[in-house]
Amino acid sequence: MSETTATDSATETPRRDLSPDEDKPTKTATGSKLSLGHSLGLILALGALIVLGIITGGDRFLSVDNLMVILQQAAVIGVISIGVTFVITSGGIDLSVGSVMGLATIWATTLGTQAIAMDVHWSIMVFTAVGVGAAAGLLNGVIIAYGRVVPFIATLAMLVAARGFAELISGRQTQIITVPGFTSAFRRDILGIPVIVWMFLLVAVAAWFLLNRTTFGRRTIAVGGNPEAARLAGIKVKRHLVMVYALAGLCAGIGAVMMLSRTTSGSSTHGYLYELDAIAAVVVGGTLLAGGRGTIFGTVLGVLVFQVLRNVFVQNNLDSSVQALVTGAIIVGAVLLQQRFSSHSKT
Amino acid sequence: MVTQSGGSQLLSMRGIIKHFPGAKALDGVDLDIRAGEVHCLLGQNGAGKSTLIKVLSGAHQPTDGEILWKGDPVSIPTTMAALRLGIATMYQELDVVDGLSVAENVFLGHELSSGGVLHRATALERTRELLKRLGHPEIPAQREVGRLSAAGKQIVSMARALSHEAQLIIMDEPSAVLDPEEVENLFRVVHSLRDQGVAVVYISHRLEEIRRIGDRITVLKDGRTVATSLEVADTPTRELISLMTGHEVTTNFGGEASGALSDEPLLEVDGLSIEGVFEPVSFVVRPGEVVGLAGLVGAGRSEILETVYGARRATAGEVRVKGKKLRRGSIDDAVSHGIGLAPEERKSQGLLLDEPIYRNITLSTFARFARSGLLNERAEKAAAQEQAESLHLSPANVQRNIRTLSGGNQQKAMLARWLVHGCEVLLLDEPTRGVDVGARAEIYALVRALSRQGTAVLMVSSEIEEVLGLADRVLVVADGRVVHTGPSEDIDEHQVLDLVMEGAHR
Repeated sequence: MSETTATDSATETPRRDLSPDEDKPTKTATGSKLSLGHSLGLILALGALIVLGIITGGDRFLSVDNLMVILQQAAVIGVISIGVTFVITSGGIDLSVGSVMGLATIWATTLGTQAIAMDVHWSIMVFTAVGVGAAAGLLNGVIIAYGRVVPFIATLAMLVAARGFAELISGRQTQIITVPGFTSAFRRDILGIPVIVWMFLLVAVAAWFLLNRTTFGRRTIAVGGNPEAARLAGIKVKRHLVMVYALAGLCAGIGAVMMLSRTTSGSSTHGYLYELDAIAAVVVGGTLLAGGRGTIFGTVLGVLVFQVLRNVFVQNNLDSSVQALVTGAIIVGAVLLQQRFSSHSKT
Repeated sequence: MVTQSGGSQLLSMRGIIKHFPGAKALDGVDLDIRAGEVHCLLGQNGAGKSTLIKVLSGAHQPTDGEILWKGDPVSIPTTMAALRLGIATMYQELDVVDGLSVAENVFLGHELSSGGVLHRATALERTRELLKRLGHPEIPAQREVGRLSAAGKQIVSMARALSHEAQLIIMDEPSAVLDPEEVENLFRVVHSLRDQGVAVVYISHRLEEIRRIGDRITVLKDGRTVATSLEVADTPTRELISLMTGHEVTTNFGGEASGALSDEPLLEVDGLSIEGVFEPVSFVVRPGEVVGLAGLVGAGRSEILETVYGARRATAGEVRVKGKKLRRGSIDDAVSHGIGLAPEERKSQGLLLDEPIYRNITLSTFARFARSGLLNERAEKAAAQEQAESLHLSPANVQRNIRTLSGGNQQKAMLARWLVHGCEVLLLDEPTRGVDVGARAEIYALVRALSRQGTAVLMVSSEIEEVLGLADRVLVVADGRVVHTGPSEDIDEHQVLDLVMEGAHR
């Protein structure tokens, strides 16, 4: 055993002599170098897609209305993806965000909830949606951290159960929002930009701050990078994981509010397969699926790439099957790129 | 089939050298194996046994030297090539697949098939033959391997070796996972293999076993063969121990020990135990004292250390720091009372390899550099930088990735973590594992300096020399029991080894 450890460390010693330029005290120590290089690739891809959109769609693509459509579509999946970014950074996975969002839209639009909202304040619906999301995430976290169920299974169970629960409550009926305060609060523009796009921006900035500048973010990265080292350093790993999953649920709840305002109805089919879109955006964005490194900026870029792609296809009346094919290719390409970058960062 | 003992020369290794960048793992190893003998390979941890096995099994390529197989020079570029020659290796961590049946495991990687269709019946039949040859016809060939005991899995692993027509089987501490009866059975199997003309390279720390099972012995120390092909019957145990320990390398342990600075104990361990892992242990460490736990890997030393730290939950007893009782199984409580642990497996248990040095140094303390959750990275970096400089960390730039550091510097970063924390009780598990000789002296000096400042140090090391050199008092642990306690100057390396070997063979 001891020989192997000796060699492991030994093999890495001389490499640093081969790359003396690393001694430069740059701000980009490790992770940021990867995400910068990787983000650059994504920005280029996004730029290429936009150029493609302009060439094929011209003014139609560039119109403010169309751009707002892209951003509003990106907003819902974007907020959900940001929650999933934390989970994946912590070394886990959350398959339940889509159906948790669906459940939250249902719970917030039941006759009962809407009646209370009508009597008291429309924000009751917001708190209900966010609360349902956070509670479902909390339950995920407790089952994973304290029940020691692997995240894949625990959240798969939640995916199925939350969808079923939503169908049960709604009787598979679409629930129209009748609270005027809610719709008027969210279905409007501020400075020409829809409220839910502002919400997306706000969530993204807050999440970036949370991940990169707070103890919560540092713990998330540590727990994802090496759970045993984090535990032995005195970090309460289980408690932290519960909070991470609760945060992902909370984001799904915020996504539910945005979905409600876009569709003016709650439905148990809302958020169908969103978990896969979210995971794809997170991974394409540069967050390591193995944990320990996450980038909010990358996730936002990943979401935008997929939404612009979708828009270009829709604008040109192209087959959505081809769009799915291209999406698959982008996922593989981005991850291949990511692997190249991360093997570089190890030198 | 070759006749037994005194058989023809099967394998010769001449002047095998294996360099890893920055370290010499093997520095001139000679080994001669005859057909139909049990050849024991002896050496302390770090002597080069594992590397040698890896060279033989095709996992590592030697930098220099010659391997002769039945008199012909050969190279072993891959593990498959080793198997094709007839060299099979049974690693300590048995490489069986729990979810497959015995027969599927035996023919794993060389399944009997034609056109992709498995010959299940033939495989079962041949597995039964092999099991019979090993004296274990009672193991059902269709049984799922996960349901077998460790001993059973070993038999499966041996059957796999035989299925490759192995003429040489390397066994890396096969008895470590077995209870005494199973060891007896293992010996029977090894003897029967030998009688069938198969050569066995047997690695064990337990001299008693070697005396019972071995024909000849080769001793490694510091990557070199110090004695080869000794006849077991003619070599006294004392001679083997002094060959293994030798005193060619003199180590500077950083000057005189400071000894206890006060009679008031800082760390008190009182009747601490985990049922089935280690028996109740009691000791105190005073400020300025270094207490060492000596013993074999698996004797329970690391477990004691981890239990003191709260990383394992004790089933009895208690730990007190400055008289305050710690909550069982709570690392958090231990850390907040000023205990720090530098774990045995630095990379897998201690470090965030993809993070910068400073974040590794402040992993236990970063919350201190935050106000209502917001990190002040500038203060954090400054604190890490200060410790890095005082420990002469190289490179001293704490923004760099910790992965690029040498083992010694990674260990220094671990110590820096607890210095930033300001801990008063330091638990060190194998503090110099994977650390080269130069950096070792620095680590020793650091431990000394800390203890002079009043830190209480509790350390575990497999290198007896290190424990005796560094510690004021030594506890010798064997089989989960403390078999000796006393000042380190009252005991020498041979006595410790004697205690350890006796204890391990109960």
